[in-house]
Amino acid sequence: MEHIELFFKSIFIDNMIFATFLGMCSYLAVSKKVTTAVGLGAAVIFVLAVTVPINWLLDQYILRDGALVWLGEEYASYDLGFLSFILFIATIATMVQLVEIVVEKFSPSLYNSLGIFLPLIAVNCAILGGSLFMQSREIPTLGLALNYGISSGIGWFLAILAIAAIREKIRYSNVPPALRGLGITFIITGLMAIGFMSFGGMLTGGDDDSTSLEGKPENIGIQKEEIQQENIETEKTVEVSTITKQ
Amino acid sequence: MALLSKKDSKLILDPLADNNPITIQVLGICSALAITAQLKASIVMAISVIAVLAVGNVVISLMRNIIPSKIRIIVQLIVVAALVIIVDQVLKAFAYTLSKELSVFIGLIITNCIIMGRFEAFALGNGPWRSFLDGIGNAARYGLILVIVGFFRELLGSGTLLGIQVLGDPIAKTGLYAIGYENNGFMLLSPMALIVIGIIIWVQRSRNKELIEE
Repeated sequence: MEHIELFFKSIFIDNMIFATFLGMCSYLAVSKKVTTAVGLGAAVIFVLAVTVPINWLLDQYILRDGALVWLGEEYASYDLGFLSFILFIATIATMVQLVEIVVEKFSPSLYNSLGIFLPLIAVNCAILGGSLFMQSREIPTLGLALNYGISSGIGWFLAILAIAAIREKIRYSNVPPALRGLGITFIITGLMAIGFMSFGGMLTGGDDDSTSLEGKPENIGIQKEEIQQENIETEKTVEVSTITKQ
Repeated sequence: MALLSKKDSKLILDPLADNNPITIQVLGICSALAITAQLKASIVMAISVIAVLAVGNVVISLMRNIIPSKIRIIVQLIVVAALVIIVDQVLKAFAYTLSKELSVFIGLIITNCIIMGRFEAFALGNGPWRSFLDGIGNAARYGLILVIVGFFRELLGSGTLLGIQVLGDPIAKTGLYAIGYENNGFMLLSPMALIVIGIIIWVQRSRNKELIEE
């Protein structure tokens, strides 16, 4: 049950593009044609599915406060959390290289369709963002981490597919000259994001609505100072409870 | 500007005018838009990016002759990641609540395309001083867009600037609220950041016809 919930939550409610704007650079640059958008989207799903579980293991057994306890009792007080950025990005960069080599060796046809996009992906915010959100939302098991990687990748795939299809059509429309290209793409993405916000009620039943709002950095401004102090303390537990709600 | 030669000052000023990283080159949108609901967060983000890009550009420029070109992406990522860790730790030490609000978005400076873009396009081929200026110029214009977006979203969304109520008190009905003005809570939601940037691009391209895409 929690797998299904996390799956749909990551695709629709916490969609990488529309809720957190991750991976916007390649989203804007590679969305001119549907075929290339599909290639990049597939590569993103693939790399997220590989890197998020690996980074989950790193977080669980190396980075977390007290995670080194498996080395022996005297290591229990170590907290290497500050190293997570450098370790995550190194994992991502090497995994991308590795995946590229393996795919080239065993499946040349897949390599031909994904190949040119793989190096681009090492610096795609969506990949690092996936790992960092996995860490800050404290996803409890390896299976859920894999699920989170795949489903947020699918969410990103859907978003780039939709915008590429719209951009192919909009070429025939009469857009004001100064808005052509980039400007109209921004505005359409904004409108699509408003549409995706309506999925927000999908998984939360009535009284949970307010808690699911609090977790996002966006909505902190709404609640303002009086709740802010309390909000910061409860933020993590709220996020965990929405993920692991059974 | 006596310190800088004409060519050097162009490095700072050029990105401030027509060669804007966000609205023209479409770089570095990823990590920043989600935090522009408040002006304060936008300013902190802008300062962080300026610091990381300026220092990173100098470091890469100093190492440009000894980095093997095949592994330069990994070297660049490690340099940025180290700098971002420093920024993150400084924020945690001196502005803890703010760093909680920015959450993962400070970490995402690492994959901000504008940083890799400037490393690749400028720092690998130029000396440290010029790279430093280039870093400041590009990051400053990037920060400027963030601050503009943050300014409008906070002003129209919650009627405050940096947390100070500039339009009067919405509950006591003073100032503008006395004549029936209401805050537009929609401005605080993430989609409005995209639409505000779309409008900035529209204004910029209407004023400078050369930038219009076909």
